[in-house]
Amino acid sequence: MIRLPLVLIFAALLFSAGVYGVLARRNAVMVLMAIELMLNAVNLNLVAFAAALQDVTGQVFALFVIAVAAAEVGIGLAIVILLFRNRASINVDEVDLLKW
Amino acid sequence: MVGLIAVLGSEGAEAAAAAPNWFVQHAFLIPLLCFASGALTLFFGKRTPGKGPVYGILALSAGLVLSLGVLWGIAHNGGNYEHDITWFTIGSLQIQLGYFIDGLTGVMLLVVTSISLLVHIYSLGYMHGDKRYTWFYVVLSLFTGAMLVVVLASNLFELLVGWEIMGVCSYLLIGHWYEDHANSSAAIKAFLTTRVGDVPFMFGIFALVYATGMTTSNIQVISETVAGGHVSVLLVTCAALLMFGGTIGKSAQFPLYTWLPDAMAGPTPVSALIHAATMVAAGIYLVARTFEVFIHADPIALTIVSIVGAITLLLAALLALVQDDIKKVLAYSTISQLAYMVAALGLGEAGYPAAMFHLFTHAFFKALLFLGAGSVIHAAHSNNMSDMGGLRKHMKVTYVTFLIGSLALAGVPPLSGFFSKDEIILAAKGHESWLAVVLVLGAVITAFYTTRMLLQTFFGEYRGTQHLHESPRSMTAPLVVLAVITCFVGLLGFAPVGAPFLDWVYFGAPEEAIFSPTVALISIVAVAIGLYAGWVTYRRYREPDPTLELGGFSTLLVHKYYLDDLYFNGIVRPIRDTWSAGVYWFNQNVLDGIVNGAAVVAYGLSSVTMWIDRNIIDGAVNGTGTAMETFGKGLRTLQSGKVQWYAVGLFAGVILLTAFFVR
Repeated sequence: MIRLPLVLIFAALLFSAGVYGVLARRNAVMVLMAIELMLNAVNLNLVAFAAALQDVTGQVFALFVIAVAAAEVGIGLAIVILLFRNRASINVDEVDLLKW
Repeated sequence: MVGLIAVLGSEGAEAAAAAPNWFVQHAFLIPLLCFASGALTLFFGKRTPGKGPVYGILALSAGLVLSLGVLWGIAHNGGNYEHDITWFTIGSLQIQLGYFIDGLTGVMLLVVTSISLLVHIYSLGYMHGDKRYTWFYVVLSLFTGAMLVVVLASNLFELLVGWEIMGVCSYLLIGHWYEDHANSSAAIKAFLTTRVGDVPFMFGIFALVYATGMTTSNIQVISETVAGGHVSVLLVTCAALLMFGGTIGKSAQFPLYTWLPDAMAGPTPVSALIHAATMVAAGIYLVARTFEVFIHADPIALTIVSIVGAITLLLAALLALVQDDIKKVLAYSTISQLAYMVAALGLGEAGYPAAMFHLFTHAFFKALLFLGAGSVIHAAHSNNMSDMGGLRKHMKVTYVTFLIGSLALAGVPPLSGFFSKDEIILAAKGHESWLAVVLVLGAVITAFYTTRMLLQTFFGEYRGTQHLHESPRSMTAPLVVLAVITCFVGLLGFAPVGAPFLDWVYFGAPEEAIFSPTVALISIVAVAIGLYAGWVTYRRYREPDPTLELGGFSTLLVHKYYLDDLYFNGIVRPIRDTWSAGVYWFNQNVLDGIVNGAAVVAYGLSSVTMWIDRNIIDGAVNGTGTAMETFGKGLRTLQSGKVQWYAVGLFAGVILLTAFFVR
């Protein structure tokens, strides 16, 4: 059996990679993918704890997260498409109309 | 106590007058109508067709009818009527507002309303096109109302009120053409000179009120109190002489007559109304109204009255000899004729009806003469007789009426002046023979200067340059009316036809009218001498005037006995140049200093306030705004619109919270 700390370290690395992607990438699709990375890092944690604690609650919660993530990607991609149609770009830096 | 007598007295008087008629009971309407017309003219005059005189003429027509009704009521029922309401009370002193009517009041009402009405009508033509036409009528109405208040007043304070309103109105009317400095000076002179007499008059009132025990100023109560003999003769004498001071001022007697000739600066209808017929008569009326006081004073008081009258009579008549201004001749003759009345009043009970009768007749013929002179001036555009002459060919109506007025003034029978002057001489002959001599002498001079005026104005050749024309109908009609009255009014006092005037106006008991052929003959001879001397001297117009070639005497007359110079250099100058200069300095330096100092202090204080306002109060407000702006500018950079920066904030927040809770 795989040891829990290793899984947590891996999940933390994965989450950090996601955070970096969200904050640093300019391509909106890449940002969405980075968000997926963060969600799945959390899922990994949930599943790992569920196995370690012999409790299915974590697994159920992970399934919910996957469902929410699917919906989120759906909406996110829709926004990206609209963005592209309106501004011929999916660069998040350029979408700054909502300032002062 | 005396107040009680007052009430009983007036009620008793009412009961005695067997049912006074409606006119007598409503006599107060006459002055009220005048005041109302004055107010109407003032507020609506300029918007009324004809620019306003219609109100005054209507009010005075009604007033004349009412006055005739009053006189009729008095003549029929006899007795007196008095009605009072309380005006105000000061301690024990109760001042009333009311009206007292006897024969004298009735006659005066008739004189004032009729002459004022004629003057109103005459002014339609004379003042036509004047720039203050409406205002002229306002003051004329107000003036007439004030004179009527004097005539009707039942107590001395009320009388004083009317008296002073009259003073103000005469000031306004004399100075009607105030653009000319001489006119406004004449107005001020008239106002101030009469004021010199008004001050003693007021103290006379105080003395009489004191005599009643400080209870009332009612003339009837005062008369009864004085007649009752409980008041010291000294007090009554003082009061009488003080009151006579008012007469000297208002009726232009020596030494205060100097204002009246100058008052000729006013429009001629004003001279006719004020300075011949009504206002100057107020002084005589005052003495007549308070005659009990004069009768019960020491005899010296009446003697002084006579002497003042005699002096004025001669001085003024002589001054009339050297005047070139036709209005000034009339002015001096007015003074002289008023002096006749004053002298007659000084004779006591015997002279009283004679004085009042002369007042009555003089009012009409002097108004006629003034209006006639106005008509002449209107045509010749000059006041000076040296610019006239020969006017009888061009102005027939004016000439005939003026002739009638002049002969009445001279005292030619059967015109009114003859009868009244005769009565005065008759009264004087019985009491003070020296006065009778003065009066006859005065009659000679009067006849002389009247002839001079008449011949220089209407006879000979015209010496002026104007195109002569008769005056409009509105001016000649009053002349004709007055001429008719002048012809016949004298008969009211003529003994052989019953002399009804003496039944209306008397002091004590009605007197038996007497006609003395001797006196009549003396006065006719005197008049004839004057007329003949005048005719001989002025048959041909001579330049210079013969009266100016009498050496020192002429110089004295031309300089008006130096009385004006004395007043000007002795009183006006010193006051104007020293006191006034002092007052001016005080005003400029002290009063203005205080005012300016207050301004400087206020300016300093307000600068401080301004600094506080600008810097502290405005600073706080502006500072708040600036602070908000700076703060907002700082905050605005956070709202960059860059989603990833927000995400950085989000994560940082999560980390901080985690660190906080997990710690």
